[in-house]
Amino acid sequence: MTGTALFAHQFRTDLLRFWRNPQSRYFTVLLPIVFLVIFASIFKGTTLVDGRRIGITTFYVPGIMTLGIISASFVNLTQAVVTQRESGELKRLRGTPLPASFVICSRAAVGVVVAVVMSVLLLALGRLAYGVSIPSSMIPGLILAVIVGAASFACIAFAIATRVRSADAAAPTTNLTVLPLYFISGVFVPETQIPKFMRDIATVFPIRHLAQAMRRPFTGVHGTGIAGVDLLIVAAWGVAALLIAARTFEWSPRASE
Amino acid sequence: MPERASAEAAVIEVRGLRKSYGEREVVRGIDLEIQHGEVFAFLGPNGAGKTTTVEILEGYRSRDGGEVKVLGVDPAHADRAWRSRVGLVLQSCTMPAELTVRELVELYADYYPAPRAVSETIELVGLVDQRDVRTTRLSGGQLRRLDVALALIGDPDLVFLDEPTTGFDPSARHHAWEVIANLRTLGKSIFLTTHYMDEAQALADRLAVIAAGEIVAEGTPATLGGRDHALSDISFSLPDGASETDLPATLAALVAARDGRLHIRAQEPARVLYELAGWALARGESLHDLTVGRPTLEDIYLQLTEVRP
Repeated sequence: MTGTALFAHQFRTDLLRFWRNPQSRYFTVLLPIVFLVIFASIFKGTTLVDGRRIGITTFYVPGIMTLGIISASFVNLTQAVVTQRESGELKRLRGTPLPASFVICSRAAVGVVVAVVMSVLLLALGRLAYGVSIPSSMIPGLILAVIVGAASFACIAFAIATRVRSADAAAPTTNLTVLPLYFISGVFVPETQIPKFMRDIATVFPIRHLAQAMRRPFTGVHGTGIAGVDLLIVAAWGVAALLIAARTFEWSPRASE
Repeated sequence: MPERASAEAAVIEVRGLRKSYGEREVVRGIDLEIQHGEVFAFLGPNGAGKTTTVEILEGYRSRDGGEVKVLGVDPAHADRAWRSRVGLVLQSCTMPAELTVRELVELYADYYPAPRAVSETIELVGLVDQRDVRTTRLSGGQLRRLDVALALIGDPDLVFLDEPTTGFDPSARHHAWEVIANLRTLGKSIFLTTHYMDEAQALADRLAVIAAGEIVAEGTPATLGGRDHALSDISFSLPDGASETDLPATLAALVAARDGRLHIRAQEPARVLYELAGWALARGESLHDLTVGRPTLEDIYLQLTEVRP
């Protein structure tokens, strides 16, 4: 068995486990789609983004894509890692010859791949149902934002997983982290309606920067749609989280400590 | 198997192992030696240092002192080659809910350089009928046997079984014992921890008892703690209307009353029984509840692990 074939088997199995898990199917795959339909149906009219007036659906497609990416690569991934650790599965894997890097990278890759698939699904839904599209020149900016966002939030998931002590606490902890931030980061509510002090708080965290980087290809006038500064900030969060995860990651259940 | 034992190095060698958590020393200089092909049972009450010792041998925990060699390698420096020769059944582990028995065993087979055949391993642990069933639909005993299958799939030389039957009903336990007995016939060396004396009695070639961080006894199930030299216990109820003073003087001097019965600890049970039977027959009594017993492994274990002041 070569390393590549082994990684492929591990990745296939992790992906299968994602798909067979009802929580993943409903919360990570279905819910963002439902959200896009609800937001795009309820709210009408236009909003101001970077001084330009855009249709509200053009605001919501990249916003809910941001949510879809974070659901897959952060919320779902954190819950999966904590569950695997608390059930003793990671400890047992550590006792096999399977390299530790395969365990981590395979599950992280599932988060990133699902994030990419969700982005494509939401983009297609936005185009077909609401006529939201981006100029082809902006596609690089969108692809870069999806990849940087998914990879960075996957790193954050591994750093946060160590802080969560039980499988029961994983869902509340991750949701309580992201839900308020979605409201103040321009994901659920246009930024013109958010008080300045809340926007300032949101600026500290990576969700607002990812949302802005996702929106740029939809609202930009010229160029490649790459929001360099926002993406650098998101990536910096990812790198910092990766360094923390590498130092603190736990393989044995923590609840029994 | 003494010939093989002398021909090959011990699979596990421990000399003066020590481990502390903060101020508390939980393993206080223990020695162990397990030979190739042996089923070795490691017994001890909770908190005696048993799990700590096992986790050091498995490479999960660091130690503070002493020498440890498992398959000739210090488990503190376990590498992939060593991991592929050691099978682990940990104390508790839930299985991935989304996978079937076969999917899981096939995945683990790919982790090892020279795995056993998947279907044969599933058969060995008796899960043929459940092979396409999700793990969430397995009983506790079946989950544990799946655990054993995952530990065996890499065809290891040494298998650690940490309390493999805790929480089982009696028939599941006996089924698990058969699986473990099968491993012995495959020539595996087995390091078993358990709380159940009948399990150690049924499976182990040799055993050691740890209490308060020290090995307090070591031997075979028949000889542990001087069990083979221990006195026989003869017990009976007095016939209606008889009292202890009616017994022959030689017996009256030996009896002790315990749990509503009389007990005699005898070096020579035949002589005591002869006198006792003669006395009863002379009175026309049958002594219908007479028993002659040897101390069980459990009796010895309880004596050994009694909390000493």
